[in-house]
Amino acid sequence: MKTASSLSRVQAETPRFTLLRATAAIVWKDLAAELRSRELLSSMLVFALLVILIFNFALELDARTRSTVTAGVLWVTFAFAGTLGLNRSMAVEKDRGCLDGLLLAPVDRSAIYFGKAIGNLMFMLLVEIIVLPLYSVLYNTNLFNPGLLLVIFLGSVGYIAVGTLLATMAVQTRTRDVLLPILLFPLVLPVLISAVRASTGFLGGAPLEEILPALNLLIVYDIIFIAAAFMVFDYIVEE
Amino acid sequence: MEIQVKPRALTILDGVSAVLFFAALAMVFFYAPMEAVMGQVQRVFYFHISTAWVGMLGFMSAGVAGIAYLRTNNRKWDIVGTAAVEISLVFFFIAIVSGSIWARPAWNTWWTWDVRLTTATVVELVYFAYMFLRQGIDDPDRRARFGAVYTILGFISVPLTFISIRIFQSIHPVVIGPGEERMGMTPEMRNTMFFSLFTFSVLFVDLLWHRIRLGWLSDKIEQLRLKFAQ
Repeated sequence: MKTASSLSRVQAETPRFTLLRATAAIVWKDLAAELRSRELLSSMLVFALLVILIFNFALELDARTRSTVTAGVLWVTFAFAGTLGLNRSMAVEKDRGCLDGLLLAPVDRSAIYFGKAIGNLMFMLLVEIIVLPLYSVLYNTNLFNPGLLLVIFLGSVGYIAVGTLLATMAVQTRTRDVLLPILLFPLVLPVLISAVRASTGFLGGAPLEEILPALNLLIVYDIIFIAAAFMVFDYIVEE
Repeated sequence: MEIQVKPRALTILDGVSAVLFFAALAMVFFYAPMEAVMGQVQRVFYFHISTAWVGMLGFMSAGVAGIAYLRTNNRKWDIVGTAAVEISLVFFFIAIVSGSIWARPAWNTWWTWDVRLTTATVVELVYFAYMFLRQGIDDPDRRARFGAVYTILGFISVPLTFISIRIFQSIHPVVIGPGEERMGMTPEMRNTMFFSLFTFSVLFVDLLWHRIRLGWLSDKIEQLRLKFAQ
């Protein structure tokens, strides 16, 4: 009786704390696994560089073209590398039965969503942090613009918020990794539209009031998509 | 087993839709006056706007059905959702094609990346993705849940796409030719347009009803098959 009552008190006292701890534990698990295997980051990075390489020849990125298409090239690169990472991150969970293990854990399901999403976001940001200086060096363009960095962060948050949810859905289907880009790209289009627009604005040195609408939209998308994903995640991991 | 018999009301609705459809067609060709600038090709406008309207109706019904399914977990809403998506897919496609027919002489191009055209295309792509998603899942319960989640996400995302393109165009104005709302219409034209809208709404209800019945029947077949397989 005593243990039962103390247990229930512990649970009643710390639901928010357990959610945070469970989320942090899942993020930590992903990071530790990645530190040991380095599968995900290396493949995302090499893929991102290949995309930039292909763009170089497809668009003939000379100095004049570059100034107008840099934002577009960067976002296409991030979006493609992002799907690669999302697919891999969820496929690992599904293949080795880890997802079932996570679902059996006595924590709120949203901790799984937030844990995976934060992990995916970290990987995507890491790739972006490496790609940006490389692009700057390769094309002699200065990309170290605080505004651009903010846009890249906000865009990645929106992309990952929907992407994590859809990747969880895609790995549970027969077509699996083929399906993710088809599901993801039409839904994430508003994020990409406003991210490209805001990035072009910052790179071209446009006045802030011209960039602000796109930036505001980006923040609105992030909030809406995180909230929506949080609400529906339970339904897609239900057995 | 009363579901096997086609309801009388549905047969009546079939007839009503057919009659209305021919009436609308007659109005488009004989009642509505010839447009002064664009000529005959303007007559595609009446059915263009009506098919786009039905596509919108289907889009909204699918979103509402998705929410209703997740809330009630009732198979009926899954069937309604699929039916609405399929109808919306076909009618948006007709709207895009008929719009292109009109755009070629009016804008001198089959296609521009105008906000409405792009949004209609995105809806098509979202619904194709929805079909692929459903095809990849065998378990009917999971198929219904994932389908509902995806329609809800589409329901949120597509208006945002519309807004983000709209805002862009207000910053950088582009000339895309006359908007529909700015076209000066005679009363006959307006009557024809509203009659077409009404006709296609009735047609939408009729098709939706048929498709929902089809969904029920195929569900029943699936259940019977499972029963006899055991």
